[in-house]
Amino acid sequence: MSDVITTRPSPAEPPRPEPLHRQLGVTDEELDAIRGKLGRDPNHVELAMFSVMWSEHCSYKSSKPLLKTLPTRGSGMLAGPGDNAGVVRIGDGLAVAFKIESHNHPSAVEPYQGAATGVGGILRDIFTMGARPIAVLDALRFGDPTDPRTRHLVDGIVRGVGGYGNCVGVPTVGGELVFDPSYQGNPLVNVMAIGLLEERMLILAEAPGPGNYVVLFGSTTGRDGIGGASVLASATFADSDPNKRPTVQVGDPFAEKLLIEASLELIDRRLVEGIQDLGAGGITCASSESADKAGTGILMDLDAIPRREPGMAAWEVMISESQERMLATCRPENYPAVREVCERWGIPIALVGRVTTEGDIVIVEGGIGAGGLPNPGAKEIARVPAKALTSEAIVHYRLATPPTRRRQAPAPGIPLTAQDGLPERGMDPAAVLVALLGSPNLSSRKWVYEQYDACVQSNTVDWPGHGAAVLRIKGTKKALVATTDGNQTVSALDPYLGAQLSVAEATRNVSITGARPLGITNCLNYGNPERPEAFWQLQEAVRGMGDACRTLGVPVTGGNVSLYNEYPGGAISPTPEIGVVGLLDDISFLVRPPFTTAGDSVVLIGHSAPGMAGSAYAALAGLSSEDAPPSVDLDREAALQSFIREAIGRVLVASAQDVSGGGLAVAIAECCMWSGLGASLKLGVSGSPAIELFGESPGRLVLSCRPRQAAAIELLARQFGLAAETLGTVGGDRLRIELTGQGATGAAEERGSRVADALDVSLAGLRHTWDHGLARALGVEPGPGHEAVHEAAHESEAVQPAATDAGD
Amino acid sequence: MKVGVVTFPGSNSDVDALNALSVAGVDPITLWHESPDLQGVSAVILPGGFAYGDYLRAGVIARFSPVMRGVSEFAAAGGHVLGICNGFQVLAEAGLVPGALLRNRSLRFACRMVAIKPERLDSPFTRAATGRPIHIPIAHGEGCYYADEATLDELERDGQVLFRYVRGDGTPALDPDDPANPNGSLRAIAGVCNAAGNVAGLMPHPERMSESILGSDDGMQLIRSLVESAMEWEAAGRPASAKAAAAVEARR
Repeated sequence: MSDVITTRPSPAEPPRPEPLHRQLGVTDEELDAIRGKLGRDPNHVELAMFSVMWSEHCSYKSSKPLLKTLPTRGSGMLAGPGDNAGVVRIGDGLAVAFKIESHNHPSAVEPYQGAATGVGGILRDIFTMGARPIAVLDALRFGDPTDPRTRHLVDGIVRGVGGYGNCVGVPTVGGELVFDPSYQGNPLVNVMAIGLLEERMLILAEAPGPGNYVVLFGSTTGRDGIGGASVLASATFADSDPNKRPTVQVGDPFAEKLLIEASLELIDRRLVEGIQDLGAGGITCASSESADKAGTGILMDLDAIPRREPGMAAWEVMISESQERMLATCRPENYPAVREVCERWGIPIALVGRVTTEGDIVIVEGGIGAGGLPNPGAKEIARVPAKALTSEAIVHYRLATPPTRRRQAPAPGIPLTAQDGLPERGMDPAAVLVALLGSPNLSSRKWVYEQYDACVQSNTVDWPGHGAAVLRIKGTKKALVATTDGNQTVSALDPYLGAQLSVAEATRNVSITGARPLGITNCLNYGNPERPEAFWQLQEAVRGMGDACRTLGVPVTGGNVSLYNEYPGGAISPTPEIGVVGLLDDISFLVRPPFTTAGDSVVLIGHSAPGMAGSAYAALAGLSSEDAPPSVDLDREAALQSFIREAIGRVLVASAQDVSGGGLAVAIAECCMWSGLGASLKLGVSGSPAIELFGESPGRLVLSCRPRQAAAIELLARQFGLAAETLGTVGGDRLRIELTGQGATGAAEERGSRVADALDVSLAGLRHTWDHGLARALGVEPGPGHEAVHEAAHESEAVQPAATDAGD
Repeated sequence: MKVGVVTFPGSNSDVDALNALSVAGVDPITLWHESPDLQGVSAVILPGGFAYGDYLRAGVIARFSPVMRGVSEFAAAGGHVLGICNGFQVLAEAGLVPGALLRNRSLRFACRMVAIKPERLDSPFTRAATGRPIHIPIAHGEGCYYADEATLDELERDGQVLFRYVRGDGTPALDPDDPANPNGSLRAIAGVCNAAGNVAGLMPHPERMSESILGSDDGMQLIRSLVESAMEWEAAGRPASAKAAAAVEARR
């Protein structure tokens, strides 16, 4: 009992309330800096404005010095980091806009609305540039799929992504779904959007032309999402804190659909000079960024801002994150036409201010007169230099310290429990393959993507589930190819390597279709930057991403940093989520991963290297103490991607698949399952069969081609300095991989008598396990947990005779 | 010849209908929800989407819009109207086709390829169909076709069931839990028409499978059927149809 009493505050000393600035998430040091900028104490409204604009989320105050090191120049780039989205020219007078962004903490607190507004926010970033959104990709990460809270989050977040995207009429065409225990208390919701625009439509988020009108249109302003940027997104948090629910915004996709149409019409008719969406930081952020970019100021009439509820304080109006709102600048003579467009789309619009010359954001109560000056008797309630809020916001140079003891392998994996019957290391390869394909991270994502409209707008060339998304561009021969990839397991061991691998995999997934990556957008999900080890992870990741982009010749066109991804149980594995958009000049050259024709030759490009740490195999089967993460050779990766584009351009390739999660065996099994065609292959094993079959060393591809082209492909590969080996032939209804070479025998002895020197399974068996793995793991589909194991055992029976022979 | 595609606030598959009509070689025009004037079009498509946000219930607000007055009059005069997905929901709410669309049995939005088979090839909406299963996508959360038993019997007797979801072997997926029946529709009904046969609705999206680059142009069988019917009606001088007038009147 005495323990309890000592932890309570003494009755003699009632807890003193936190000072206002700290309640708003502003540190004492930052308050001093604000005083320096203003030359006086900020009032409550000004302090609230600084609190959101100097939040990590809006100011990038910890990450800005790192992000400056990234390569951001590329040919045809029309907009880049610092704009709402990267924009790259693609010919025919067209350009593509794309960006990825996180909505992690809101989704943890309120999964449906958090995910829905994540989609809404990134779509606004796209159409604010003048682009029509044509696709969404969602990269989701969760903890243990069997945990009830995870299941609640998965259900709500998937419904939220779908609920918004489906209604607003933008297809969700790809993404990722990953389970890893490190996300147990802090799921990740990263959403990427892609838009298409005519170059003449490009418009920037600025407020030019003193005397111009500042208009606010879209939904009204309410109390939802107050402190979203400062309190929710920029601090670690305890999960399911009900006090934070009002900081989550509420989305209305119908309002967004109208906003898209009205905004694009305004831009198309050149009725607005600049336009900015209201996201994190609300009106404060949109007005100060627009003014700062144009070198102007804004005088705003607080009373003119339409509210959805009475009694809102001035500071609440200024930082509300109510969704589906836009701020635009227009010439006074165009205002009637602007109002007509909004009214036709049923959107409330208000004239809220004027562009000024003085460089300040000035907020008044009491109205602005016809001359553009505050009415007599109007009261100035805030005056802050726009620069102080945005480009000259505080920057923190954080301490970065490598961990004293690197985390030892194995990387956080799916929990291994006896009843899962997961294969032991060294078990029969067919059983391992079946278990991998049925595992939550490698099984079919169909249960998720079938809840998303994937085909609205009639651009989707290939539906989700088979590699990168492909969208045709109407009226041209061109296509866009897009993917998201992030490697958190290797990042947990080595954040520099993990970021390099993520860039390599994402660009490779685009290149294997024949497309040329235009640029990458990145969502960096890391821990508390005030913790030196977490900041070191971020620093290493940015360095790795920059090195990879420079070697691969791909610019970084923008991105988003999400820090403070920690909860009382720990921090997430560092997660560099990489989004890539590529351009295929002629869609008739498109190559996809599934095999296409029986009798084709199967060719492996690249060679496998040791290093199983961070692999799916390691998560399932356990790890040897000697295992390290796979290494990456970026020059060779660049050669590989150039090679495959060249081979596709010469029409040598029938299908191309990347070797990644689950290794070569999983990559080939996918080519088989997706096409319904088996394969009969021989694989030379120099070291361990596990490394050859299930290792995830990067820089490898599985191609298929007409048999007479195999020699040409091998020759071309060697010209690019790459290893190439014809493995066998497509056909039949089984996948058979015979292991040959020295390593096969030696390994067989090591593995004992239960194993085979061939992996041999029926496609039907693989397909069944793969189809149902995810739904069963999530408990949305009945199925005995041991069924996969039973099937695995059954499948492995088929190869027992061979195993016995090997044992002899 | 002009074919109109209605745009409600919240329509999103209007772009797909416009695209498919262009592929079919006709000039599509957009009909804005606030005007009952159909601008002399020869046929109307009510497209997919979430008209007026589909608040309350799918299609329930849209039926009261000015354009729907024009569509009702057009239908009563014998014009051809095709409702796809949300357009089907609007037609059902407006009473222009029988039945109702309930939430999918899974209680989840579903987007995937399905196979449907036309029940008859002599209707204005299936005349260009081959009669083999048509592979087109669904994308909806409320597509479970429902009517009472007597109505279902009547629809079948009168040939008003136009499409059913079918399994791999081409037989109707009558069991609502059959995976080939994607939403649990009664008697596997994917599409119906009114008693006069000039107003039809279906849940799957023929207009989204309009070009081989998108996977197939299977859906063009239905779009071409509508276009042919409209041309024929136009060539005949827009004949009035007492049956159509009665069908629309009876539902009011």
